[in-house]
Amino acid sequence: MEFAELIKTPRADNVVLHRPFHAAVEGTLCLTGHHLIFSSRRDDNAEELWLLHSNIDSSEKRFVGSLGTIVIKCKDLRIIQLDIPGMEECLNIASSIEALSTLDSVTLLYPFFYRPMFDILEDGWSSFLPDQEFELLSSVTDEWRLSCVNREFSVCPSYPPVVIVPKSINDDELRKVAMFRHGSRFPVLSYYHKKNGMVMMRSSQPLTGTNWRRCKEDEKLVNATLRPGKRGYIIDTRSLNVAQQARAKGGGFEQEAHYPQWRRIHKSIERFNILQESLIKLVEACNDQSHNMDRWLSKLEASNWLTHVKEILTTACLAAQCIDREGASVLVHGTEGTDSTLQVTSLAQIILDPRCRTIQGFESLVVREWLQAGHPFQQRCAQSAYSNSKQKWEAPVFLLFLDCVWQILRQFPCSFEFNQQFLIMLFEHAYASQFGTFLGNNENERAKLKLPQKTMSLWSWVNRTEELSKFQNPLFEANSLVIWPSVAPQSLQLWEGVFLRWNRPSKYLDEAQEEMINIINYNKELQAKVNVLRRSLAELEAGTRMNQNM
Amino acid sequence: VENVRLLDRLSSRKAVLGTLYLTATHVIFVENGSETRKETWVLHSQISSIEKQATTATGCPLLIRCKNFQVIQLIIPQERDCHDIYISLIRLARPVKYEELYCFSFNPKLDKEEREQGWKLVDLSEEYNRMGVPNNYWQICDVNREYGVCDSYPTEVYVPKSVTAHIIVGSSKFRSRRRFPALSYYYKDNNASICRSSQPLSGFSARCLEDEQMLQAIRKANPGSDFIYVVDTRPKLNAMANRAAGKGYENEDNYSNIKFQFIGIENIHVMRNSLQKMLEVCELKSPSMSDFLWGLENSGWLKHIKAIMDAGIFIAKAVAEEGVSVLVHCSDGWDRTAQVCSVASLLLDPYYRSMKGFMVLIEKDWVSFGHKFNHRYGNLDGDPKEISPVIDQFIECVWQLMEQFPCAFEFNERFLIHIQHHVYSCQFGNFLCNNQKERRELKIQERTYSLWDHLWKNRADYLNPLYRSDHSQTQGALHPQIAPCNFLYKFWSGMYNRFEKGLHPRQSVTDYLMAVKEETQQLEEELEILGERLANLQKSQLGDNKVKNKQQDRSKQSGLSTSNNSLANTPQEYSNDLKSFPSRSPSQGDEEDSALILTQDNLKSSDPDLSANSDQESGVEDLSCRSPSGGGCLPSEDSGKDSDEAVFLAG
Repeated sequence: MEFAELIKTPRADNVVLHRPFHAAVEGTLCLTGHHLIFSSRRDDNAEELWLLHSNIDSSEKRFVGSLGTIVIKCKDLRIIQLDIPGMEECLNIASSIEALSTLDSVTLLYPFFYRPMFDILEDGWSSFLPDQEFELLSSVTDEWRLSCVNREFSVCPSYPPVVIVPKSINDDELRKVAMFRHGSRFPVLSYYHKKNGMVMMRSSQPLTGTNWRRCKEDEKLVNATLRPGKRGYIIDTRSLNVAQQARAKGGGFEQEAHYPQWRRIHKSIERFNILQESLIKLVEACNDQSHNMDRWLSKLEASNWLTHVKEILTTACLAAQCIDREGASVLVHGTEGTDSTLQVTSLAQIILDPRCRTIQGFESLVVREWLQAGHPFQQRCAQSAYSNSKQKWEAPVFLLFLDCVWQILRQFPCSFEFNQQFLIMLFEHAYASQFGTFLGNNENERAKLKLPQKTMSLWSWVNRTEELSKFQNPLFEANSLVIWPSVAPQSLQLWEGVFLRWNRPSKYLDEAQEEMINIINYNKELQAKVNVLRRSLAELEAGTRMNQNM
Repeated sequence: VENVRLLDRLSSRKAVLGTLYLTATHVIFVENGSETRKETWVLHSQISSIEKQATTATGCPLLIRCKNFQVIQLIIPQERDCHDIYISLIRLARPVKYEELYCFSFNPKLDKEEREQGWKLVDLSEEYNRMGVPNNYWQICDVNREYGVCDSYPTEVYVPKSVTAHIIVGSSKFRSRRRFPALSYYYKDNNASICRSSQPLSGFSARCLEDEQMLQAIRKANPGSDFIYVVDTRPKLNAMANRAAGKGYENEDNYSNIKFQFIGIENIHVMRNSLQKMLEVCELKSPSMSDFLWGLENSGWLKHIKAIMDAGIFIAKAVAEEGVSVLVHCSDGWDRTAQVCSVASLLLDPYYRSMKGFMVLIEKDWVSFGHKFNHRYGNLDGDPKEISPVIDQFIECVWQLMEQFPCAFEFNERFLIHIQHHVYSCQFGNFLCNNQKERRELKIQERTYSLWDHLWKNRADYLNPLYRSDHSQTQGALHPQIAPCNFLYKFWSGMYNRFEKGLHPRQSVTDYLMAVKEETQQLEEELEILGERLANLQKSQLGDNKVKNKQQDRSKQSGLSTSNNSLANTPQEYSNDLKSFPSRSPSQGDEEDSALILTQDNLKSSDPDLSANSDQESGVEDLSCRSPSGGGCLPSEDSGKDSDEAVFLAG
């Protein structure tokens, strides 16, 4: 298919662009296969806006006389308005935008066409390989092994080819366990807590069904993670009620009789359309400027977004607490083990492991616990808050995770190497990107699409000094402790950086950020100067002493 | 009383055993713990209510709520003791004479001269000069010299130059409590001004020629504009109801060239109830997000804060952008009027956003113009219906502005919290009584100390590291977002959950940056010294071993900024489901816990900044308000750090 077929009017002049808190600008609009480009014709400082078609969540057109207006709502929550003179041009452009932003085939997306303009120092596709992770692990314990049982994705389609499992369990046993778990997602290692050797495992629900089917190998695998005489916790991210109902559909949960060394805790983290609706309501409330104070608070409340944040954070804290304070191992799962499970395991690691609070460490966490762990990004992030298609599989699961990270970052502003811009960047790229990193739903699909060969990795771009400097937190000082966030409602706030980003002028807050950086840079500068002087003074002194001695 | 238990509000299991003491000025709780013996000091004047609850098997619970939003729950073993304490506290918390208040016994060991100097720190006539009055349009008038015209006004008031004593007296007779229009703020750049008064006694049709002349004179004092705004900060309905009582508002037909405007800020009773409702939400035990947001909305608190801000923004705009003078009043002109005038002044004039300027602002718009501190904050036992968080709301408005303009204020959040604390503490004389006349009669300045002096001496604790006098946010007027941006107004947990440290960010950006700045200053000094030494050395090529010693000193100090980073904290109760699990053995895992606590204790002793933050009570009390008898103790309450117990096991 040629993109040109979809573009009947590639260019329109005298288009007026409206954005909140910016004066309207007149300029030229161009459509290409992947971008909508607007450039203003103001003499010296030409301004350009590049918008990926895949970033467009929805578009509407309307006419006043022959002046057409297209309102474009983006997945990054921005809303822009284009006034296009000429009815035909406007209609053409609107239908092109509609078609180009809803392409069916993944391989037509921009990452397959994007050619980087920067030098690649390190290929991000090979920055975070499971072998490296395992090497780190084997330096502290020999109780685990790397299993290639899923080599051709033959055992579990949503798992990566290699996974870390207890040494005492062989591949045949793993295959049997896989039969007993939803989507074949057998329990694998998620995190090893060096401080006390406790671990966090994750999986999907066991297929116990109504007649309490059991699987000896599953019990063996789960118990293999326990220390002699110790007990563990199973954190089920569903309420007991929901878990009970799952049995009727062949799913279920670990019965105490069969897992006597484990205590089960049910938490209730919402999923799918409930989260999607929550996001839609929240963004609606943030964009609605007409209401008074009371309505704002009740709409914020009615969206339930912060309730979800609180619930997810609480569950993650609980998992971390079991590991660090109770000295117990933990198994986390919900139904499929691809959504709420990953929110919990990845947040628990941020709380427990200082490495996950560095830039590299966080990237590695996203790769391990989200991409390799088979969070279906392509399904979940197909649409954002302005979608009107009500697909069951769309849900802001990853955005909620990022929001929770931001909440912890806000409470521990000096303990993270990255700033909120880093989190916002990940949010944007998960929904629309020139990079292939977030394409596909699992490693299996990514391999079939040959993404590492055909597209650029986000990490190749981010991990260059020029980009990294934008994402570094000037206040960072390594904190090797476990950080326990507060989950009280008073401590949780709306993430303004994402949800109010386009709805309020940020000048004064940006200035404060700048001031902060200046204060710290000036300090560093002085330190360097002092060090230089100290050194030359020491040298001079040494020289003088030698002279005296002579 | 011994064997009293102090409960932690967040987790009922975390109670500490100790001894309760009552002194003439404080309630003191001393923990039994052998090493730390942590102490909690509460001034009697801070107590807002005491509640005796039904006796249980463990003892008799006593709930003390404080005006600075601290809530203390005690369990006293003997019913009789509890009753005695209850009766004593009720009496002690409600003094009937000013002489019983703490400021008359408080002695920070300053001599007479220092005390007098302290009172001179804030000088209002200097302030009016700074504004640019007296000048061609404004004069100081002495009709109120002996408080003869209005007993709640100061002796020195500024009025338009064209106004005669006759007009002032005439106008004052037409105004509620004789609070005639007087200058609050003069905007040098364009001669526009903010004046304040009480409501006119207009009833349904009454007029007063002198009052009309007064408003005319205010307009003429601003030759750049041909009208003035008259802003009534009450809801229209309230103002109309007042007409039936012979009061009311200005009739545009009777006054030439005024534009009349209502701005609906609710009265003190509505505000008192609103705060009450919000505090109930803050006190909820483990509320859900919905409970909290719904309760916050239902209290209406943020709506009221926004109403006050909107009024201030309206006036600041009128003055700075339209160049129009404004007369502000409410009913008596000492509550809403004070709030609105001071918010507007703060927006207009960067001086009021400096530490000294803010003190001046409170002195000008609140203290001197007869805001009834004694009645509003219940310093002496009085009518509970008079109590209302009027200045609390103003202080919160400032905080909301600080959140929107992080570089615009010289002071930080702690400064605001400490001022709020001392409005109620009665430790300093500044906020005693209801007006200047009463304070003079009591000879406050000769018998008590000034808060401003105390804050000024400790100003290093109150600095905002992001403030720079040459920054764009510190120049000229501030222009906050208006009308629809409701989401800019946020719940202030630093104030209303002030004593629940567990709820606040665990690392303070302010403290971190202050430490960096302090280190930067040391580096600058060292750079200079090194530079000199290097020059000397190069000149003479002679060695000096002393330099080396110096170097070592410096390298020790450069570790400073890294020290304040790792704040200890413990998990909250994330789940009730863990309770059935056997508790871990006490020896296990304690290594790190103790290490955590050590870290913080180190910090506490080494960094005064931080200790003030991690324990505001001590930040306030420790520096100054020890009772003469009490020795060096850190009164403290700290939910965040002290438990290495398995709090999550609690049910």
